[in-house]
Amino acid sequence: MSFLGQALVAIEKAVKVPLFGCRMCGQCILHETGLVCPMNCPKNLRNGPCGGVLVDGNCEVYPDRPCVWVRAWEGSQRLPVWKDHIVRLQRPVDWRLQGTSSWTNLASGRDRQAPVGWNGAGADGSAATIP
Amino acid sequence: MNGAVSSPRSHLEALLRAGEFAVTAEMQPTSGADPDEVRRLAAPLEGKVDAANCTDNPAARPHLSSLAAGRLVIEAGVEPIVQLACRDRNRLALQADLLGAAALGARNVLLLTGDHVSAGDHPEAKPIFDLDSLHLLRVARVLRDEGMYLSGRALSSRPSYFVGAVENPFAPPHDFRPIRLAKKVEAGAEFIQTQLCFNVPRLKKFMARVEQMGLLERLFILVSVYVTRSARALRYLRDVVPGIDVPDELMARLDGIPPARQAEEGFRLALETVAAVREIRGVSGVHLISIHGQDAILRLVEAAGLLPRPVIASSGVSLAN
Repeated sequence: MSFLGQALVAIEKAVKVPLFGCRMCGQCILHETGLVCPMNCPKNLRNGPCGGVLVDGNCEVYPDRPCVWVRAWEGSQRLPVWKDHIVRLQRPVDWRLQGTSSWTNLASGRDRQAPVGWNGAGADGSAATIP
Repeated sequence: MNGAVSSPRSHLEALLRAGEFAVTAEMQPTSGADPDEVRRLAAPLEGKVDAANCTDNPAARPHLSSLAAGRLVIEAGVEPIVQLACRDRNRLALQADLLGAAALGARNVLLLTGDHVSAGDHPEAKPIFDLDSLHLLRVARVLRDEGMYLSGRALSSRPSYFVGAVENPFAPPHDFRPIRLAKKVEAGAEFIQTQLCFNVPRLKKFMARVEQMGLLERLFILVSVYVTRSARALRYLRDVVPGIDVPDELMARLDGIPPARQAEEGFRLALETVAAVREIRGVSGVHLISIHGQDAILRLVEAAGLLPRPVIASSGVSLAN
């Protein structure tokens, strides 16, 4: 990685880890999840909460912490913009991007690359053949 | 629904499309390698339920695999719903098992995230969760409808199955649950089974919203009903199993009955729940669960007036043997 690339990773980490508990997945969707990092969900869910959310809204794995997706839903409804982005179907995680800068990947379009099968199925709603 | 133009892929799908009120049941998971154990558990369900769920390491505890159980259930004359969870396999293994399940004759699959490993008896295991349940739904549809793997590589033949999912209308964030269901439909779900229903008013609110969103035309909804044997069992579900909402008045109702008669009261409660959810617009069937064997399920099907089960002669769907 270039010096600039390394510097961007360091800056992104320094900003987003304390602010959002960012896990540096390299394919950031914070603005679509109410500014709550979905990679903090113990099941890495990127499309909404599992069925095990406790009655008080806490996590089944860490019962003393609120469910990441309860916070994401509430956060998304408080945002002045991007409110409805939480309904978007998110593609599978590309685990190769772990630890890279999502800013670099956003600029290059690398974070929008999905497997052929996923795109062929019109995952972005553009050329949906299914369902 | 795209599927509406093709012929039904399973007996369950044929019944639902014909507007019949469907009845499915949960198979008890087994912890051995004896195939007869599974066949013996499945056989009494023949003709009494429309399909039976073969669970995938429920509660994050290993059991005989759902694919193998599915095949054995077919041999016992019952149509399986083979469950696959994202907890234990990555996307390669999940696709392999979707094809494997279809090749072994499964015509219904139910795709879910799965309980976390920390809930089970191997909490030290590596949780996989490579895909989430919505990704898996989409992948199952890509295999079936596009004839390719997620990578784009072509299949030599396409699997044929009716694609199911789960949803929990009873867990927070309640306002988000119908939206999540819509996302599951977009991902490819054709039917869902809900989490256990003890809170009918909550289910009604969920269903009203689901109808408002126009989802009833796009998928079938089966509501899970549990046959409680005792107040203790119900309290255990409420306190230990994540995501189960048992209203206080229900707990009090069972607590107020002498232990010797609690099983009868629990059965009555299940019967009332089946009757209540049947009245809700958009509920296409029930999924019956009892952890103490099928006797309670068989009794419930009979007492609820759900017998005889309808036969769809023209569907052309038969159990693959």
